[in-house]
Amino acid sequence: MMRALEHEGVDVLFGYPGGSIMPTYDALYDHKKTLNHILVRHEQGAVHAAQGYARVSGKVGCAIVTSGPGATNTVTGIADAMIDSTPMVVICGQVGVAMLGTDAFQEVDVVGVTSPISKWSYQIRRAEDVAWAVARAFYIAKSGRPGPVVLDFAKNAQTGMVDFEPAKVDFIRSYDPEPDLNMTDIERAAKLINNSVKPFVLVGQGVELGNAQEELRTFLEKADLPCGTTFLGLSAIPSDHRLNMGILGMHGNLGPNVMTNQCDLLIAVGMRFDDRVTGNLATYAKQAKIIHFDIDPAEFNKNVAVDLTVLGNCKQTLAAVTKLMSESKHTAWIDGFKPYNEKEYEKVIDKALHPKEGPLLMGEVIRKVSEAAHNEGIMVTDVGQNQLMACRYFKFTQPRSVVTSGGLGTMGFGLPAAIGATFGAPDRTVCLFVGDGGLQMTIQELGTIMEQGAPVKIILLNNNYLGNVRQWQEMFFAHRYSFTPMLNPNYELIAKGYGIPAKTVIERGDLDAAIAEMFATSGPYLLQCAIKEEDNVLPMTPPGANVDEMLLEV
Amino acid sequence: MEQEQDTSTKLYTFLIYSENVPGLLSQITAVFTRRQVNIESLNVCASSTPGAHKYTVTANCDERMARILTAQIEKRIEVLQAHYYTDDQLFINETALFKLSTPVMLKNPEVGRLIRFHNGSIIEVNNTYAVAEITGITNDILSLFGALKSMDCVLQFVRSGRICITKSRVEHLDEYLAVREAKRNASLKN
Repeated sequence: MMRALEHEGVDVLFGYPGGSIMPTYDALYDHKKTLNHILVRHEQGAVHAAQGYARVSGKVGCAIVTSGPGATNTVTGIADAMIDSTPMVVICGQVGVAMLGTDAFQEVDVVGVTSPISKWSYQIRRAEDVAWAVARAFYIAKSGRPGPVVLDFAKNAQTGMVDFEPAKVDFIRSYDPEPDLNMTDIERAAKLINNSVKPFVLVGQGVELGNAQEELRTFLEKADLPCGTTFLGLSAIPSDHRLNMGILGMHGNLGPNVMTNQCDLLIAVGMRFDDRVTGNLATYAKQAKIIHFDIDPAEFNKNVAVDLTVLGNCKQTLAAVTKLMSESKHTAWIDGFKPYNEKEYEKVIDKALHPKEGPLLMGEVIRKVSEAAHNEGIMVTDVGQNQLMACRYFKFTQPRSVVTSGGLGTMGFGLPAAIGATFGAPDRTVCLFVGDGGLQMTIQELGTIMEQGAPVKIILLNNNYLGNVRQWQEMFFAHRYSFTPMLNPNYELIAKGYGIPAKTVIERGDLDAAIAEMFATSGPYLLQCAIKEEDNVLPMTPPGANVDEMLLEV
Repeated sequence: MEQEQDTSTKLYTFLIYSENVPGLLSQITAVFTRRQVNIESLNVCASSTPGAHKYTVTANCDERMARILTAQIEKRIEVLQAHYYTDDQLFINETALFKLSTPVMLKNPEVGRLIRFHNGSIIEVNNTYAVAEITGITNDILSLFGALKSMDCVLQFVRSGRICITKSRVEHLDEYLAVREAKRNASLKN
């Protein structure tokens, strides 16, 4: 197993040992120099760290855990990686084959549990199959639309003796991750774009997964196509690019959402029309023709019926369409976004970034952190208001800078994912925005940060509430704050217990200096910001409402 | 703008070909279950293509759902191909076995007449029971079952899942495998 992992180019593993994976850990002891094993404090931390590593590096993240509870603790991370298309291989120990099905100690049907939430799940029952299974696992995880793969590693296969012969898998008969370009579709797409007066492009994570940032830029600039991004697609194009009109969806920007229902051609690239992006499907972009670029044919016509599908890696499909497109200008159409942007700035953004009085707001903290990192940092978020606000106010100039749990919405994702990001991009600044709720879900990973000295800059946006649920209770449940107020511990003291420098900011006047101190301190740092307790994330498309019906105020 | 599609609920037949690996059946049925579609019948057996298994699944749904189910099934790594069909695109058969009470059959000659009328055959008779076999489409079998049941002579009844072959002159699986083989050879050359 160790040699097979080395053969796949693995250099970092996030894991936690236990009974059924002990033979593998014993072997790992002899491979410490090539396989940097990061001991997490809970198996959920291992998978989220592997996800963070994969997202920023573009490589396959790798987690290793024991059987039974070790394996079931990875389930959330596997489901998260599946819905967010993150390449990851999870190796779980398993009891020996002679014990399978006997309800043995720490035995669980891992393949049965993980099959529906993984790209591939396989039980290795013989030592002879290890090299092949690992090669196949990595090939499946990273090719096509990436995703998580689970290897359920029976103990007898771990202890069996066999000579290692490197295996290479780059072809599976039943799986075609690199579909050939369909030139008819490419030509049709170019024609639709050339004939469009009001085109609008939806940019998803597929662009970054396909390393097609340059191709996207050329595509947009050649025909002067305005775009909006999903949360996971945020860093596929710089925030300040003149054709980037902002964020799509429930808590996105007003302009892109309104114009979705005004364009004459909607061009979706590497995104899956999530309900948080579309709002009410019955009224979504009904006036427009829709083209969908994706590498996963199962995404076509799944949520939104489209007029043309273009199958393939967008690195190739975008380049091919761009070639056939004519240069054009859509100045008047693009100018049409401005009034909405100005309205949102006046009603929401200015107030979020430049409050004159009152407690600290999430928006101003996030923007100041982003700027202090020269807008070149990696943004890691937890889930909730911290996430929505970070996605709105952090700015991006570099690709692969977004690590957030988009599809599954996993609270507790942030802290371990940020640890993984520091290993995936050791030369970059990793800023984690986390709430007081989510931090406590995986707070034990402060121990991993302590042991590794992982340079995570933790910005704790503490509002003493489970803020996003509280906001919904305020807006849709008549202010009935059912179990969302939360009594918090002294986080500064907790961080210091782990040897992590920490500071709390309450006054606005102290914020700049505290952020400067955080970045001047090498290694990890926890900056707790006392945030306005009942701050709301706006604008907002209420659940089930039409995409262009955004509320600018409560 | 939306494409036209059939929004009525009807019985679709899904023909799925996969590699012969354990665990695939539960992956395929899970695709139906998750989308609240009930499987009406299921038949799994080796196909005419070496190494490939054939799943014949029927379920009631609308065409949009049939398309989504097919795409999600085909997405599983070891599934070679999945297609959905309506009855007019297929040659369909089912087999049923009836265990019938011999004393009742002797008393009521209508039982034997009904079986012959449905092109059924008696494959075993003794003092206690007779076994009849019939091959046909679902409605024929169910109508015979209903009639025999009303004569109070049915001791046991079993109906196989639907099996079918397509009326199309194109063999999708063979074409797919040929394309994949060509792609593999091309990549080996590179």
